[in-house]
Amino acid sequence: MRRGAWFLLGLALLAMEAVAGEARPNADDPVLEARLMGLAADLRCVVCQNESLAESRAPLAQDLREEVRDLMRQGKTDAEVVEYLTLRYGDFVLYRPPFKPETYLLWLGPALFLVIGGLAWVIATRRRRALPATDRLDAEDLRKAAELLRGESK
Amino acid sequence: MIPELGQVALVIALVLALVQGSLPLIGAQRGSATLMAVAGPASYGQLAFVLLAFAALGYAFAVNDFSVKNVAHNSFSELPLAYRLTATWGSHEGSMLLWVVILAAWTSAVTVFGRRLPLAVSARVVGVLGLVSVGFLAFVLFTSNPFVRLFPAPLDGADLNPLLQDAGMILHPPMLYMGYVGFSVAFAFAIAALLGRRLDAAWARWARPWTTAAWVFLTIGIALGSWWAYRELGWGGWWFWDPTENASLMPWLAGTALVHSLAVTEKRGHFVSWTLFLSITVFSFSLLGTFLIRSGVLSSVHAFANDPARGMFILSFLGVVIGGSLLLYAWRFPRVPKVATFGWLSRESLVLGNNVLLIAALGTVMLGTLYPLFLDVLGLGKVSVGPPYFNAVFVPLMAPLLFLMGVGPLARWRETSLPGLAVRLRWAFGVAAALALILPLLYGGLRPMVSLGLFLALWIFASVIIGVSERLKGLGWAVGRLPRGFVGMQLAHTGIAVVVVGITLVSGYESERDVRMDVGEYVDLAGYRFAFRGATAETGPNYVADRGVVEVTRVGGTGPTLTLYPEKRKYNASGMAMTEAALRSGAFGDLYVSLGDYLGGQAWSLRVYYKPFVGWLWAGAFLMALGGALAASDRRYRLAAERAGPRGAPAVGMGAAEAKG
Repeated sequence: MRRGAWFLLGLALLAMEAVAGEARPNADDPVLEARLMGLAADLRCVVCQNESLAESRAPLAQDLREEVRDLMRQGKTDAEVVEYLTLRYGDFVLYRPPFKPETYLLWLGPALFLVIGGLAWVIATRRRRALPATDRLDAEDLRKAAELLRGESK
Repeated sequence: MIPELGQVALVIALVLALVQGSLPLIGAQRGSATLMAVAGPASYGQLAFVLLAFAALGYAFAVNDFSVKNVAHNSFSELPLAYRLTATWGSHEGSMLLWVVILAAWTSAVTVFGRRLPLAVSARVVGVLGLVSVGFLAFVLFTSNPFVRLFPAPLDGADLNPLLQDAGMILHPPMLYMGYVGFSVAFAFAIAALLGRRLDAAWARWARPWTTAAWVFLTIGIALGSWWAYRELGWGGWWFWDPTENASLMPWLAGTALVHSLAVTEKRGHFVSWTLFLSITVFSFSLLGTFLIRSGVLSSVHAFANDPARGMFILSFLGVVIGGSLLLYAWRFPRVPKVATFGWLSRESLVLGNNVLLIAALGTVMLGTLYPLFLDVLGLGKVSVGPPYFNAVFVPLMAPLLFLMGVGPLARWRETSLPGLAVRLRWAFGVAAALALILPLLYGGLRPMVSLGLFLALWIFASVIIGVSERLKGLGWAVGRLPRGFVGMQLAHTGIAVVVVGITLVSGYESERDVRMDVGEYVDLAGYRFAFRGATAETGPNYVADRGVVEVTRVGGTGPTLTLYPEKRKYNASGMAMTEAALRSGAFGDLYVSLGDYLGGQAWSLRVYYKPFVGWLWAGAFLMALGGALAASDRRYRLAAERAGPRGAPAVGMGAAEAKG
């Protein structure tokens, strides 16, 4: 069975080799397609679990990609396409959430964490520096620790 | 009959966990050696019974007992035996049972090696682990019982999710859980220290190898998950900032911070309270990760509301564990006298900087992961937070961290002089900066992000070389005398640099073609010629497939021909279609082919990718894990332990073999 398939395949190969050439891109307009995929990578497939519009194979995503292709062919800019999609699906469709009151915390949070952490770093280090320079840990405390280890091991 | 046996075994294990979680703790408070001695037998007993339960479930899968609901929903008579066995943890119920098994294994390992610890300490650690186990066993028994029967039994099963039928998925969950659960040991050591008011360097020394071992497993687990996604999802992505991934990244970030702060606590006695707090935090994030994945709250708030039993249980458990331990922490807040000083530029302050950046990164991942959930719950609308957000905010946090990684290991404890450090690092900076500009020009064009990534990676490489050679010089070039802890650290840092190279180059220079191919047609990409030789119908054990034949040669025709077989499968039981990409991994890049739609005649749609240096991602993760394993097996932990207690405890147990080496 499998052998037969391979035989047919071989025949087909012989037949095709003569006419074969470089494969055609799937897209009619590769430049437009690249632009579409770049944009679609930042958009969510709204019916999928967690997939971008670029990678999804869901029928709705395919339709939507076709729609975006149309919009792009009509000369719409990326911003206009995104605006059109947001009107229809809300912010949910954007993987890069817009900067607005509801998302201030989301966008500014990382900087906030960094500022708080930086302050903690400065305070902790300054406090340690201010200590009298009695670095007795090495000898004394290690001896104590060893004693504790010995003492409590039943 | 066997499944019922498994159920009974679980109940007995719960009783043993209750004993293990109470008597040793009481004994430790009262100083009763008899009560404390219960810890060992209780933990071994618990391990035996959860293993029995696990074996019972595995048996049900092996013999296709579809009267067991879990088997019926997650297996299939045509499923190969290997996948039937791994389907044991392919479902929610099974994976929670695996969690319990791994927890019992870690506990037994602590018991075995804990013989060298003071009795009160090991009794408290095992007791706390017993309490954690009580929570999880109750969760399994009351909300996620894997042994529930179906009546009437279906004739056949619904099959394991085809996505999970892959080698990467076989190993990913156990490794991930070894990591998550391993952090429960770090957590238990912290709680034991708080309960016993023993907050000295000795505590950090005991907890350190366990923490590092857990980190090693988590690192491997995350890497395997990413490797699986790369191969199995059909288009070669390796990180998606998906909530499920973030759930494992959060404990990893916190765990990495803990590994570093523990080092300072052990060696210098600093940051005791912070390290304790981190120990609690890491385990909390391990639990949160489980909660996020298992409650279904991530896919939709409504899924959570529809089946609230599980979610509410985990949420309450989370509340009790986190709330309880934070209360204890506040009550026993360690007022350790600060005995030593350090300056602005010292290894201590740099490790603190590392912790600040890692925790900021952790906060960022948490914010991005939970933000949509919060907005939805508060009725403020639905948003999506995806890769564009994370890439935008994560890179600025990681870049300074990677830069610090080149400085920190070369800085001295207490105080380092900036000019001295600058002299030692001068050529490293110069070489890294120069190569970061030259290499992209030679390779594929100058790009700012590529240069930044390469600079940071080369900077770390150079710093490792400086650090190792300086140390070796001090030892008279006796390589064998390098301490394992030191080698492990340098190796793990090298691993990070290797990962950074992989991420940088694959993000900067990957290329793809999406083409319609008839038999005999070819497409050129990155110096390779991919020729399509047609597709044949294949029959797999539990699927049928179209298998494409793609021959790859170097453009120009030199070198051997490589044949790739990308498949498009349809699984018999579920009817689910899967793209099984074909790839050839190389040291400098992967060739990746995935079969798309049938286009009539003999033509197919194909996607071919060239992914430069993508393998470095996983190679680097492996180096990190190897470095961690080496560090955890440093002989000074054994020496410290042997000095403290009787020698020659038998080496049994899974994780701990690595932990103590």
